[in-house]
Amino acid sequence: MSLRVSLFITCIVDQLFPRVGLAMVEVLERLGCRVEFPEAQTCCGQPAFNSGYRKEARAVAEHFLEVFRGAEYIVCPSGSCTSMVKNHFKDLFADDPQRLELAQQVAGRTWEFSQFLLEVLKVEDVGARLPKVATYHDGCHALRELKIKDGPRRLLAHVRGLVLREMDAAEECCGFGGTFSVKFPGISAGMGRTKLESILRTGAEVVVSTDCSCLMQIQGLISRAGLPIGTMHLAEVLASR
Amino acid sequence: METSVLVQIQRVLENPKLQDAIYSSTARLMEKRRAAIPPELEQEFQRWREQAHQIKKHTLENLDHYLELLEKRVTERGGHVIFARDGGQVADFILELAKRHGAHLVVKSKSMTTEEIHLTKRLEQAGFESVETDLGEYIVQLANERPSHIVAPALHKTRYDIAELFHQRLGVEPDPEPEHQTQIARRTLREKFLQADIGITGANFVIAETGSIVIVENEGNARLSTTLPPIHVAIAGIEKVIPRLADLAVFLKLLGRSATGQPLTVYTSILTGPRRNNELDGPRQFYLILLDNGRTRVLADRTRRQSLYCIRCGACLNHCPVYRKIGGHSYPWVYSGPIGAVITPQFQGLDEAGWLPFASSLCGACGEVCPVKIDLPQLLLDLRYDAVKAKIRENKNRWERLSFRLWAAVMKRPKLYELVSTALGLIDTEETNGWLRRVPGIFALGPLKAWLQYRDFPPPPPQSFRQLWRLRPPAREALD
Amino acid sequence: MAVAATGSGGVGLMERDHILHLVRTAIGRSVGQVPEEPPTVLLRGQQMPLEERIRKFGEALEKLGGKLHVAASHSDAKHYVAALVAGKRAVASGASVLLECQITELPEVQAGPWTLETLRQACASADVGITGADYGLADTGSLVLFATTDEPRMISLLPPVHVAMLRKERLLASLDDLFLEVPDLAERSSSVVIITGPSRTADIEQILVRGVHGPGQIHVVLV
Repeated sequence: MSLRVSLFITCIVDQLFPRVGLAMVEVLERLGCRVEFPEAQTCCGQPAFNSGYRKEARAVAEHFLEVFRGAEYIVCPSGSCTSMVKNHFKDLFADDPQRLELAQQVAGRTWEFSQFLLEVLKVEDVGARLPKVATYHDGCHALRELKIKDGPRRLLAHVRGLVLREMDAAEECCGFGGTFSVKFPGISAGMGRTKLESILRTGAEVVVSTDCSCLMQIQGLISRAGLPIGTMHLAEVLASR
Repeated sequence: METSVLVQIQRVLENPKLQDAIYSSTARLMEKRRAAIPPELEQEFQRWREQAHQIKKHTLENLDHYLELLEKRVTERGGHVIFARDGGQVADFILELAKRHGAHLVVKSKSMTTEEIHLTKRLEQAGFESVETDLGEYIVQLANERPSHIVAPALHKTRYDIAELFHQRLGVEPDPEPEHQTQIARRTLREKFLQADIGITGANFVIAETGSIVIVENEGNARLSTTLPPIHVAIAGIEKVIPRLADLAVFLKLLGRSATGQPLTVYTSILTGPRRNNELDGPRQFYLILLDNGRTRVLADRTRRQSLYCIRCGACLNHCPVYRKIGGHSYPWVYSGPIGAVITPQFQGLDEAGWLPFASSLCGACGEVCPVKIDLPQLLLDLRYDAVKAKIRENKNRWERLSFRLWAAVMKRPKLYELVSTALGLIDTEETNGWLRRVPGIFALGPLKAWLQYRDFPPPPPQSFRQLWRLRPPAREALD
Repeated sequence: MAVAATGSGGVGLMERDHILHLVRTAIGRSVGQVPEEPPTVLLRGQQMPLEERIRKFGEALEKLGGKLHVAASHSDAKHYVAALVAGKRAVASGASVLLECQITELPEVQAGPWTLETLRQACASADVGITGADYGLADTGSLVLFATTDEPRMISLLPPVHVAMLRKERLLASLDDLFLEVPDLAERSSSVVIITGPSRTADIEQILVRGVHGPGQIHVVLV
């Protein structure tokens, strides 16, 4: 099977966590996909949309639709960005039937990375190996807007040597929430610390998630606290050999 | 946002005891709800939620009809229906009623609607004694505080706080045993019930076709308030109406489970008018006050109207990670948590409360548990949009608006985006393999500064993904 | 009379019309416009044999801290109640089931006829309140009481112990069955109360305490 996959890399991965992007490419290619990167891509518009700036979000979303209009499979290493495209573009184009139509088509071809592996490539074992004790954090958009819960856990179950320990508050928000993290930093950090306490109770060495935004929040707190715990994106775990 | 709110939030965040009280109480309520919806009930529970949503939708879309039907039925039963525009009118009516009957003592059972209009304060100012009888509300009244949770008003107080409070206000020896504290409250309040002239309650539901009000409770104080005093006044928002008795079957199954994990609360009272000729006890007079207080304004907005479906179960509060961190007192109005964040700006205006929908990480937990399927996460997003539009109209958020316009201008132009990206990459940050504690002076502004206050920041990588992509060996690209 | 003209007078009437007008404007309806049909609500009665209803009722009630006694006979019922009221002050309603079981003959028991005043005094000082029950709900362990002259409200409310005698055939399976059985329950009485266990609160540190305002103990005698 040689599917043509268009990478929707997300601005946060592009700028801050490029390794995650490379890991995702590696896994996709390992599974036989032809991966392309539409270079004109920038962002899905979520930061502006969540902040109430719909006009600005829409301008960026329009650009997104143009970039990806010809793509067959748009694969993205972020639950929240994928959800923006799949669930919230319709809010931006409600009064523009043509663009709304295009948005719906593009949304239908957009996949979060783990969902793409499981539902399109129909693969659970990607041949990964990572002998570590890990715990998994359910990013809120992935969990509640895309219904991603078991998928990543099934993929992780096949990673050789990986011991997965569930934390007691896996589904609780890490506190990132986009601009919330800097508009209400005290509350955001407080929520993050509660998450951290839950992580510590598992004794895990590494925290895994589908969203770099969550991992940035969690690692930021871990680093500030000087704790010997790492964070890895699901793609990085699956790329490990 | 008022400084006082920021101060309050900070105070809570720095108080580990209070933090623990809020977090663990809500954890228990979450667990009780989960236990009341076992896997075998899940599908049916979801059906009830959808049914309840549809019933509420229909009722509000035909509200005038149901209000008139309700009025007719209550009146047929010998009760009286009063429509009140705001809290002032409610208070005026009750005070006039009290004067006419020479009443001095009012017993009140728990009602968010009466909190909303500060009824107790108004009655007290007019010289009446108005006693809160729900244990949590009684405690909060003695402490001269606001309730901090829709269902558990004294959730923020420990038993030691209460022991001290009772010692101060009731003159009893400090005793931290909840059993004993409850008995003290029972004794003290029983006297009030027996002497009260008027019993004031809210109503969880108001049934149009029968002219009944429905009150659910666990303690018995609402029953006492509606049984012993000769006059019963019930106050309900106009949105509390449901069409038929049979609809109650759906709502009761959702309310108890969502609020406290109980299939039914201890007492469910269906009260229809004053006592009848073939009854011995119960009130001689019954008044139902239907309150607007801004509800008709919310009703007028088709998409925001669902905010009025709320049955005040408190589930969204219990599941909200923000509420669980800052508690009910950090919210500016009597309604806290996600529902509070949604209705406060609509009732009090965007000027006052437009910031509140932003105090959320949009995690979506609230929408998942709302028994009447109010799309709370979507409403939060919509209200943020409203708030921004209002600010733009008043030219109040120039810097933020400029920032997003610049951001959009860059994000629409890939080459400009790369230019900015390269420029940012040139910033000299502390050479370290680890994450950044600080960034060079002039960049530590606004968002970045707020981030760094509590967390380290990822070190900007030497190359962006797209730069690395371009460095890939040509051999791979030949596969195309 | 459409509104409480007493006191609020003309203002009250204007307010009513004004608010209804605001409502109509908000939802785009006109005066007298026929409403849409409400969504269908299907009440689901449960077919459950009596033995199972009794068993479920007992389980649910006991889980709430209440006690069920399935009486073998009228005299067994009387015997059970006698033990509960021995040496205490009890008040009993005029429910027919109590008369049949001769509860009112027990020396500790004060029965009617009452005036409101004498009833109040008796209930305020009683240790035990004994009532009938119009229905029981098996799945939740609930009692349903309709207020009448013979079955006043406060007997099941003021004393710290509540003893209710329920006829077996009145034990329904669930709440839906109640609404199916008595669709006109609001016609029957101004007060229909569904009692599910003893009075309780968790307002102090989420710790369960029984007997806040209502009775802290409930005994149901099935007859």
